[in-house]
Amino acid sequence: MANYLIKRILMLVPLLLGITLITFTVIHLAPGEPVEMATAMSPKASAATRARLREFYGLDKPLHVQYGMWLSNLSRLDFGRSFAPDNRPVLDKIKERIPITISLNVIALILEFGLALPIGIMAAVHRDTLLDRAISVFVFVGFAVPTFWLALLCMYLFGVKLGWLPISGIHSLGSDQWSFFWRSADLARHLVLPISIATFGSLAGLSRYMRSTMIEVLSQDYITTARAKGVRERVIIYRHALKNALLPVITLLGFSLPALIGGSVIFETIFSIPGMGQLFYQGVMARDYPLVMGILVIGACLTLIGNLLADLCYAVADPRIRHGRG
Amino acid sequence: MSLARTVCLLLFLCLAACGQDAPWNKTQAQGGAQFVTGSIGEPSNLIPILASDSSSSDISGLVYNGLVRYDKNLKLEGDLAESWEVSRDGLQITFHLRRGVKWHDGHDFTSRDVLYTYRVTVDPKTPTAYAEDFKQVQSAQAPDSYTFRVTYAKPFAPALASWGMPILPAHLLEGKDITKSPLSRNPVGTGPYIFKEWVPGQRVILEANPKYWEGAPRLSRYVYRIIPDNSTMYMELKAGGVDMMGLSPVQYQRQTTGKEFLARFNKYRYPASAYTYLGYNLRLPMFQDVRVRRAITCAINKEEIIQGVLLGMGQIAHGPYKPGTWAYKAKVDNDPAYDPARAKALLEEAGYRMGADGIMTRGGKPLSFTIMTNQGNDQRLKCAQIIQMRLKKVGIDVKIRVMEWASFLTNFIDKGKFEVVLMGWTISQDPDLYDVWHSSKTGPKELNFIHYLNPELDRLIVEGRGTFDMAKRRDCYYQIQEILAKDQPYTFLYVPDALPVVTSRIKGIEPAPAGIMHNFIKWYVD
Repeated sequence: MANYLIKRILMLVPLLLGITLITFTVIHLAPGEPVEMATAMSPKASAATRARLREFYGLDKPLHVQYGMWLSNLSRLDFGRSFAPDNRPVLDKIKERIPITISLNVIALILEFGLALPIGIMAAVHRDTLLDRAISVFVFVGFAVPTFWLALLCMYLFGVKLGWLPISGIHSLGSDQWSFFWRSADLARHLVLPISIATFGSLAGLSRYMRSTMIEVLSQDYITTARAKGVRERVIIYRHALKNALLPVITLLGFSLPALIGGSVIFETIFSIPGMGQLFYQGVMARDYPLVMGILVIGACLTLIGNLLADLCYAVADPRIRHGRG
Repeated sequence: MSLARTVCLLLFLCLAACGQDAPWNKTQAQGGAQFVTGSIGEPSNLIPILASDSSSSDISGLVYNGLVRYDKNLKLEGDLAESWEVSRDGLQITFHLRRGVKWHDGHDFTSRDVLYTYRVTVDPKTPTAYAEDFKQVQSAQAPDSYTFRVTYAKPFAPALASWGMPILPAHLLEGKDITKSPLSRNPVGTGPYIFKEWVPGQRVILEANPKYWEGAPRLSRYVYRIIPDNSTMYMELKAGGVDMMGLSPVQYQRQTTGKEFLARFNKYRYPASAYTYLGYNLRLPMFQDVRVRRAITCAINKEEIIQGVLLGMGQIAHGPYKPGTWAYKAKVDNDPAYDPARAKALLEEAGYRMGADGIMTRGGKPLSFTIMTNQGNDQRLKCAQIIQMRLKKVGIDVKIRVMEWASFLTNFIDKGKFEVVLMGWTISQDPDLYDVWHSSKTGPKELNFIHYLNPELDRLIVEGRGTFDMAKRRDCYYQIQEILAKDQPYTFLYVPDALPVVTSRIKGIEPAPAGIMHNFIKWYVD
């Protein structure tokens, strides 16, 4: 097990290098440069201005030199400074946006698993009944309805018409002078709409997945045996079937790890949530290479760690895998 | 179980929301002299020479002052300069600075600050896009603390307006690396509002400067909320979360018309400083014939585009100036009016004959081209579609191609690889057209990318920027508008309207040619 672990971790290093090399190349292949984005179509910017800006950002150097410099900085955990006019350290820009994105995603993830798994089990147990179909319709409506549209309708109803909930942002104006209790309540109020809508939209995938694995497990011989022994249906479902049906879900959970720092651009834009999705989108549009690379590297690390963790958890949960690899 | 818990949580929150003593209910009722405005974008850098986005300049405009500024009628007036003289030969400008002005940290404002601002802007190490106008300066001196003198190599009329550039505090920046200065997120200016707080991605808060030399602003707090989506901003407006925003034509015409809305809000409408145009690549033989360009303009119904795309919220453009400004010529004689029959006649005159498929051809080649425009601007796409339909009627085949901004510029505009583009320009306050229209500006990445070469126009442009005599300048720009109308290197399409809406709680707004923000410091709440 320890050997396996060390091997896996060592494998991550070349993998990460490869990912950075490919992404670095691909970003630079996209037409347009940060300087171009800032000065294009501006009557005030001359060729000399452009040259000056390119030199300032180090864009006048050959690509492999730029990559080398970026990599050597990265090895010291220095992500560089953003090419946006603010010229701030990339890490600062990411740091101020990551807490809200992670909290939102963690809460949404917990809600998603907390709701989708029971829904999936319910659908599987009552397979092909009216209940199953009603659940299917419900989750697919959530999946199919465009988030931004649903969000706007809910904002109009709860924010404008009823006035119960705030419409956008994450804090009320002046909330910094309130007590901790009211500040938390204020934050919670702001998160109700975004989180409910995000969860509603993501139920379909996981609940359908749960339903199909559960159906598969329920049709296996050992379940029939258990039924033949006269075990109660509740025990069959929750003790015998669920354990096995949950195994593939561990992999899904592992895959969700990198998604924790990613945000949906549309979603964040609609609710004015200053999260990672917007930051990344703006970075790409402005060809802000250091920022884009910074976010991609963190994302890549989390993906790799997520995969590793999923494999490990799998091994812990499933004795067949554990023993098979010795 | 978790479902039940969520429902409980939701119920609790709803109850909390309805509770009368919740602090958010109080702030809404208070409102007070706080003014909240919404913006799609977030400022990037509050040191004005380092930023070129409109959000940054919205904030900088309230925190800093320039030496001069445009008044409500778009005439230059003194700001930090009390007065100025231009020497008789037009080469030297002397500014007499206002005395007793203080920076927000209490330091005196002097000519040293002006000199520093000039020096740091032209310093090759400063990554600024604003050095060009200041590079015309031959020398700059500060003979005493309240006098500042600049000398130019030749008379340069746009020079005066270029001193509207916000003046930076020398005592905080001199000898330091401006790109790493904390001032970019925590500015110190001389303006009517003092910077208070910037919550990244959410808002910037300014507070009234009680010692402002024009008198303290009457709205004590200015909140700049970043709301990236226009529909969300509109909801916030209706719910009282923002006091002011810019409306889209649809919102102005269809969604803000009810009695209840008009009682709570005041809508304003005036021409924006921008125009949309169709630009022809004059390197291509097809467009070198002025008759073809005039035929295309004749075939396009500009009024229909304004109705269809802007719901009437705009006006026809004849040239590169904003209607109502001093350089704008109201009646341009050479401007081709909408007349499809005339368009056909012009094309036939140019040697084109109507083919069996309804497309004009000359020498076996059909009259066909692609209009390119950038992605993300729905108005431009709609506009291109209307033009496509109109040109079809006179026998011109048009295709439309929409592209992402960066690749549009890099792969097509910069390389001259386009036929016709549908784009827009903002109209600068000074009417100088050198950068966009002078024949020396046709190089790569320069703005005369349609390659329009006209010695007569060059001469008028140079003459217009080379004199401070307003009557002479106006004369040049009138002639330029006639030449552009005759030649049609662009088909000028429309000048859209700016459509701001402000809550009726705010009083003292005076719409003027400069818009509504010119007297912002005099706005008040009853």
